Amino acid sequence: MTDFLFGHYIYWAIIALLMIGLYGMIFKNNLVKKLVGMTIFQVSIIMFYVASAVKGSATVPVMDPVTGVADAAKYISPLQHCLMLTAIVVGVATSGVAFSLAILIHRHYKTLDEKILMEHMKSS
Amino acid sequence: MPLNSPALVPLLLLAAAIVIPVLAIRKTTVAYPAMMVASFGAVVVSSYNVFRVWRNGPLAYHFGGWFPPVGIEYVLDPLSAFVALVVNVIAFFVLWHSGGIQEREIPGKSVPYHALTLLFLCGANGIIATGDLFNLYVFLEIFSLAAYGLIGIGEKKAAVASFRYLIMGVVGGSFYLLGIGFLYIVTGSLNMADVRNILPHVQGNPAVVAGLSLIVIGMGIKMAVFPLHGWLPDAYTHAPSTSSALIAPIGTKIAAYVLIRILFFVFGVESVSRSLPITDVIAWLSAIGILYGSVMAMAQDEMKRMLAYSSVAQIGYIGLGIGLANPLGYIGAVLHILNHAFMKGALFLVAANLRRNTGRSDISGLDASLRKKLPWSMAAFTVAALSMIGLPPTAGFFSKWYLALGAIDRGNWVFLAVILVSSLLNAVYFFRILERAYLLPPTRQKTGEDPHAEAGKGRGSLVGEEENTLMIPVVVVSFSLLLIGLWNATIVREIIQRILPLGM
Repeated sequence: MTDFLFGHYIYWAIIALLMIGLYGMIFKNNLVKKLVGMTIFQVSIIMFYVASAVKGSATVPVMDPVTGVADAAKYISPLQHCLMLTAIVVGVATSGVAFSLAILIHRHYKTLDEKILMEHMKSS
Repeated sequence: MPLNSPALVPLLLLAAAIVIPVLAIRKTTVAYPAMMVASFGAVVVSSYNVFRVWRNGPLAYHFGGWFPPVGIEYVLDPLSAFVALVVNVIAFFVLWHSGGIQEREIPGKSVPYHALTLLFLCGANGIIATGDLFNLYVFLEIFSLAAYGLIGIGEKKAAVASFRYLIMGVVGGSFYLLGIGFLYIVTGSLNMADVRNILPHVQGNPAVVAGLSLIVIGMGIKMAVFPLHGWLPDAYTHAPSTSSALIAPIGTKIAAYVLIRILFFVFGVESVSRSLPITDVIAWLSAIGILYGSVMAMAQDEMKRMLAYSSVAQIGYIGLGIGLANPLGYIGAVLHILNHAFMKGALFLVAANLRRNTGRSDISGLDASLRKKLPWSMAAFTVAALSMIGLPPTAGFFSKWYLALGAIDRGNWVFLAVILVSSLLNAVYFFRILERAYLLPPTRQKTGEDPHAEAGKGRGSLVGEEENTLMIPVVVVSFSLLLIGLWNATIVREIIQRILPLGM
């Protein structure tokens, strides 16, 4: 039981972050706060990938003359990090689009409060 | 060309999306023909791909000469080649139509808009062709980001609708990413074919089950399956007409295609249904969505909004076909991807023509003067509406026929009843429009005030004052529904049945 709780503490932290992000996206009324939640949500997934690449008694995936290449298990897997570089870029692009939409909304309605915006949406 | 043709379509569209804004710096009129050339090129190459796949079997292209499972692989099998052709053909006609409507709806923004449409299509083609799970995520995000832009460029409310779509879409995309993370941790591979070979060895692993559930939920959001459809009606209603006509036929179908690909070709029906009743859940939610979408569509007065709710229902048909998880349901789902793309494309284009000519598309504003003003558009609308209802020999009948056969095969009479009842509901909300457009006598001041109506009468021609750019694509798309209907047996036998999923 303690192993289940403390042995995977990083995953618990990631789950907590995921939930904080989702909470922000769903329950916050301000659009910018929603975007903060969205970023936390995306970052938690990036951390999930990076955490899955962690390996004890292994080194960075750069060829080390001392370690050699005979035993590949002595290096951590570089793939997750590469994937997450792409995911970070995707996240930045998403934030960019989202912020420009938020600016557009603010220009039209002079507010970023979702409740007020929803009333505007209902009235034709 | 022959060896790299799977990768050619996405790369062609991506290159065009980058080149067009540069070309258009001096002269903005270059953008539209350049976009049409790129789109036509995509149609040509993807028809050639379908032909080659039909002759020689699946094609594969390995980026940078790295062979799978290490490298990224693009695969065209009969399913992906077929869906790619459908997407490119419908996009070609919608983009052709956009030439007549763009300057009016989004004045001064047409150059970035053209580039964005090509980026959207590049994402769609990439998703279809790729054989790599993570590459699929990247293209999914390209596709979605372009879609947010295409929607947000519209009228005042469009930005809010697009923002809500973005929040939902990011959750969907991230769930997919998390799901393939789980799969990768267990299988150590991202290549779809490789993952498929490894999965039987890790049967029942809870991480695989969790990954599958996350992927299905993520794709369910992008596909707008019933309880996750909240973003769709607003987004389709407030987007510019071209965007609605582009995203409604293509956007949700792509997510449906990904769902088919992952459920049936990566996991396989048996291993999916052994661990969790995922296909049953999809089928039941879709069945509820069919009824809900049809009932909500009946309650709408704005035509684009009605079509948006009708899309929720039609997505339900595809979801139902996927959820039935038997060969007939699968054929029905894939055939309905084709049919719905053409039907919704035609209907949204007619709504665009209405907005272009009368300034709005409220159903209560329709009357029989339209029959004279827009004879071809209304004829096209009629054919597409009959196909939505599912009258033979239009295409819509046959996909519903396969779905009904699939439901009978499964022994589930509730689904059969849902399909029949929803056809009746479709009839109600489409005949409401047809009745107004053909039978309701026009009120006097409307015909008197409208100078266009007078001009049309003066010429005495049947074509009215419809512009060719606006009329021809609508007519071609909608009347091809009859052709698809008549040749559906050939399509099913030669293309769809050539690749049935594992374990069916």
